[in-house]
Amino acid sequence: MNLDHRALRICTKCLFAMALLATLVVASFAYLSLGLERLLTIDTARELARFLLSFFPPEVSQRYLLKTANATLETLAVSAVGTLLAAAFALLLALPASGRYGSVMRACTRFVLNLLRSVPELIWAALMVLAAGLGPFAGALALAAHTSGVLGRLFAEALENAPAAPAAALVEAGAQPAAAFLYGTLPNVLPQLLSYSLYRWEINIRMAAILGFVGAGGLGQMLYFELSLLHQTQACTVIIAMLLLAALVDGLSAMLRRWLTSA
Amino acid sequence: MQASIVVTTANAHRFDPAARSRATAFVVALLVLWPLLVWSQFHPALLFETRNLAAIAQFLGGFLPPDMSVEFLRHVMRSTIETVAIATAGMSLAFLIAVPLTVANTRALSIARIGPGPGWRMSRVLHVISRGLLVSLRGMPELVWALVFVRALGLGPAAGVLALAITYGGMLAKVYAEILESADTEAARVLLQAGSGRTLALVYGLLPVAASEIVSYTVYRWECALRASVVMGFVGAGGLGQLMDQSMKMMNGAEAATILVVFLLLVLVADAVSAALRRGLA
Repeated sequence: MNLDHRALRICTKCLFAMALLATLVVASFAYLSLGLERLLTIDTARELARFLLSFFPPEVSQRYLLKTANATLETLAVSAVGTLLAAAFALLLALPASGRYGSVMRACTRFVLNLLRSVPELIWAALMVLAAGLGPFAGALALAAHTSGVLGRLFAEALENAPAAPAAALVEAGAQPAAAFLYGTLPNVLPQLLSYSLYRWEINIRMAAILGFVGAGGLGQMLYFELSLLHQTQACTVIIAMLLLAALVDGLSAMLRRWLTSA
Repeated sequence: MQASIVVTTANAHRFDPAARSRATAFVVALLVLWPLLVWSQFHPALLFETRNLAAIAQFLGGFLPPDMSVEFLRHVMRSTIETVAIATAGMSLAFLIAVPLTVANTRALSIARIGPGPGWRMSRVLHVISRGLLVSLRGMPELVWALVFVRALGLGPAAGVLALAITYGGMLAKVYAEILESADTEAARVLLQAGSGRTLALVYGLLPVAASEIVSYTVYRWECALRASVVMGFVGAGGLGQLMDQSMKMMNGAEAATILVVFLLLVLVADAVSAALRRGLA
């Protein structure tokens, strides 16, 4: 009897959840009035298909391929510089955020880290384009801003979890706090910090490729430009370069991970 | 006495024995870094150029006070609802795309794997096709899809919804299949061997053990979709992002500040809602 009652109650609960979900979905479609049903009419569907087909064949003239390769290098450089800046900045912020200078500083820097982290890269890029002008440098700064928020928190946690004994022993032997940190704490956490940074670099390569949409250089800026001018075949080449870059990064990181775990 | 011993031993190792190798590593790193800095046009001085300083100072100066006029707030409200609606509609379409792909891609639901039956060649072909579809859907970031759809369908939320549906459809299908695989697949195998169809094996064999994880992942993805839909607004796919893009292009700091605050609040609320929902499921 008791059991029956419970089963019944759970079912009303999930029925209620289902109804709520259905209402939300219907309301969303109604609010947006997307007119997606026009995609089902033959004319619009044909139009869309013609547009998507106009991307092929991709532009493969040597000059254009060189230009794309150049933009790819720019994207890679943006991601690398952005991640490096972020790692340096994150380490600076992680020191107070790990509670080294008291709990007030800890709370304050954690708030800053949260703020840096919750603004997406693309919004940072739009801001940085204003601060540093159009070009890849703005992209590197944008990646640095968001990533230092992410890495700062991870670094702070790594520092908090690091064994305290080595640094304490150095301080007791008369070492300055800075030396104790550099020789007592840092060597213990460095591998972890490195692996976090590498992981974020992998994400940032993909990100750097699209930050250009707001003018921050690299493949993204090229794609935005070509699509604005209705150069679909050129845009196709750039998209293929993006996909290749992502696949390459995927493959390399899988290889690196396998190598690291086997070694 | 104790102190003087410490000082002399410290003096004996005045120089870090590892100093030379570290210095070499540093120089090599700088040499590698140099071309990267050139390619990324790393010019910190740009930040302090009077023109750029004036632009950013004017923009950031406008942040305080944020624009709180009733008319603009109503505008922001409408865009916020639009953003939530884009995320929800996109997720529901993505779910529709993901379900058949999941069934086709879950090995535990593969009848052909149990043994060669009639039509196993056909199912092998279907499997390869669906796997390829999965990879190609996920391969391009949603922002690129959004940009392409904005060019095809015009400015507005339709581009965002379609972009989300495509990329998140591929992503959901992949993760759903992984979740189903990692659960206990014994029941599904027994059902299939006893001759039941895939749908029955999914509903009675796999879902009972994996449903809560699947729902919780879907809720988490909805949260991501919310953030993505704001970002896609920057290429013209509607919602809060598009409004923010307009304010930034017009260098209106007060409006941008309001939108930024609303965005941060939205993310915070979505985070809390999704965490509460997932806790309720666990």
